[in-house]
Amino acid sequence: MDRLFLVASTLCFSFAVLRTALLIRGGVFRPGRSNFVAIASGFALQTAFLWVRGNALGRCPLTNLFEVFIFMAWSVALIYMAVGPAYRLSLMGAFTAPLVLLIQVYALLAPIDRPSPAKIVVNPWLEFHASMSIVAYGAFALACVAGLMYLLQERQLKTHQLHSVFHHLPPLTDLFAAITRLLWLGFGLYTAGLISGFFTGQPLPRLKIACAIAVWLFYGALLQGRHLFRLTPKHVAALCVVAFSAAVSVLWAITFVSQRPT
Amino acid sequence: MPMNLFCVGLSHHTANVETRERYARTDNEALCETLGCTEALLLSTCNRVEVYGVAERAIENARLAQYLTVSNSAASEGLDAFYRYESEACVQHLFRVACGLDSMVVGETEVLGQTKQAYETARRLGGAGPLLHRLFQGAFRVAKQVRTYTDITRGAVSIGSVAVDLAGKIFGELTRRKVLVLGAGETSERTARALMSRGVTDLRVTNRSRERAERLAALVGGRAVPFTAWENECREIDILISSTAAEEPLLTREKLAPVLRERWERPLFIIDIAVPRDVAPDVNELEGVFLYDIDSLQSIAEQSLALRRQQVAAGEQIIATHVAEFGRWLRREEGSSRRGSNVGPAVIAEPPLRISES
Repeated sequence: MDRLFLVASTLCFSFAVLRTALLIRGGVFRPGRSNFVAIASGFALQTAFLWVRGNALGRCPLTNLFEVFIFMAWSVALIYMAVGPAYRLSLMGAFTAPLVLLIQVYALLAPIDRPSPAKIVVNPWLEFHASMSIVAYGAFALACVAGLMYLLQERQLKTHQLHSVFHHLPPLTDLFAAITRLLWLGFGLYTAGLISGFFTGQPLPRLKIACAIAVWLFYGALLQGRHLFRLTPKHVAALCVVAFSAAVSVLWAITFVSQRPT
Repeated sequence: MPMNLFCVGLSHHTANVETRERYARTDNEALCETLGCTEALLLSTCNRVEVYGVAERAIENARLAQYLTVSNSAASEGLDAFYRYESEACVQHLFRVACGLDSMVVGETEVLGQTKQAYETARRLGGAGPLLHRLFQGAFRVAKQVRTYTDITRGAVSIGSVAVDLAGKIFGELTRRKVLVLGAGETSERTARALMSRGVTDLRVTNRSRERAERLAALVGGRAVPFTAWENECREIDILISSTAAEEPLLTREKLAPVLRERWERPLFIIDIAVPRDVAPDVNELEGVFLYDIDSLQSIAEQSLALRRQQVAAGEQIIATHVAEFGRWLRREEGSSRRGSNVGPAVIAEPPLRISES
């Protein structure tokens, strides 16, 4: 039953992606209200899924890889809804929807929605740790999206080849400001999640700690590297994409390893 | 009696500038009385002179030409240049004009402001009655819709506005940006003025002749800086407009690279409108530098114009829907008029339009 909400949500995001693709093909690329409505509906349905699943489990629905992915897709949509319009990045929706769609389609099709083999006890610290970390991933995902937008806009300005999308993309300086804000937001949340992990009272696998600290160090270095290594905005944007790809691989690996029966 | 809605006029499509000058009447005092119309409105811009009217009997083009003549030449001269649209064709023509589809630069928005101005004048003088009111309100609505749902107004089509658009796409707000104008040419002046109109407050001008730099600085509201200091200014500025008569590039990759190391997070937008070029082309390869020469600016202006032309069909579709709707209303009103009732006079009592609104 709860998966029906997810299927409906995926259809909403598909609509947003399809509409954008058609507009690009037609040579008119603009952020429309219908895209925002589709994403908002998709987000509402994601929330409904998490609520139903959470009630059934009696805890935050982060017990397997499937739920982790859906929670991450929800975090991406949540942060987009919070920051997208605020920073005049309405076009971010056109870039966010494909990312969310990709995560949800993979989660729905891959055989990963299995009950966790380990007996899970309700632990508020553990839930706080997991949810903070995943919402942080949402912020990193949007920093990655803003990074892609920056690279696209920069490329067009550099090569003097201005396509229809150029007129709808935000200015470079606004995009860079959004990237740094999202990085700081994600880094703050991730730090809170990382610290809370030590209070869960459970044994912490070394690999998991090492990977989590590596991700934290990477983003910390990225934020400080702007000044220490004189990273240009273009480098920061490119590193946001690299960092998120690496971080999501690490997240997948950690969850996959921790789910394997010992 | 049936109402005859018509438009008679000439434009850049049908008349050269000499002919247009001959009929460039701008005052429309006593327009209705002179022409014998129940409603009449004069739209006069540098590219067109048109009279929109409602009359019980058809009014000849020659009579309208006579009214519009401003010179001493005979009104019959250039009469061939006049076109005439009636009923739904008139509606379609006005909608196309208001949307900028009939303009010399397709998609330009100035004509919409001029149409609003013409309507407002006619309304004040009593020339615009219920039918023209409905017609022009419809035109403003269609223009807004076409601008919203197509890319007809998208992209700049002149060198100065392309430069300003690009600056906006790099920096967003331009109010706190620092601009250096290198060389006091006419195109630099126009570009500098365009940037100032977008809120730039810190504009520096430099030229080999200090006197010319000071003159241009005074003209555009900037300040003159010594020509020897321009390289040093590159550390602070965000936008460089260059148009000197130098035969060799003034700014090279070797000169700029050390400067950029000090401002690694701040982009530098260089507009090189000099021929031969003042800035070596490989400067564009430097990280954070966006170099545009006269050809690339011209090319973008042409791309924008081509994009606008592509959007004409989409605009025509929107217009066709509204013309059909207006046509149905017009036929209904004509039917009522034959039966003896009037076009609802209450609509004209609306407050005047703000000319600047879109």
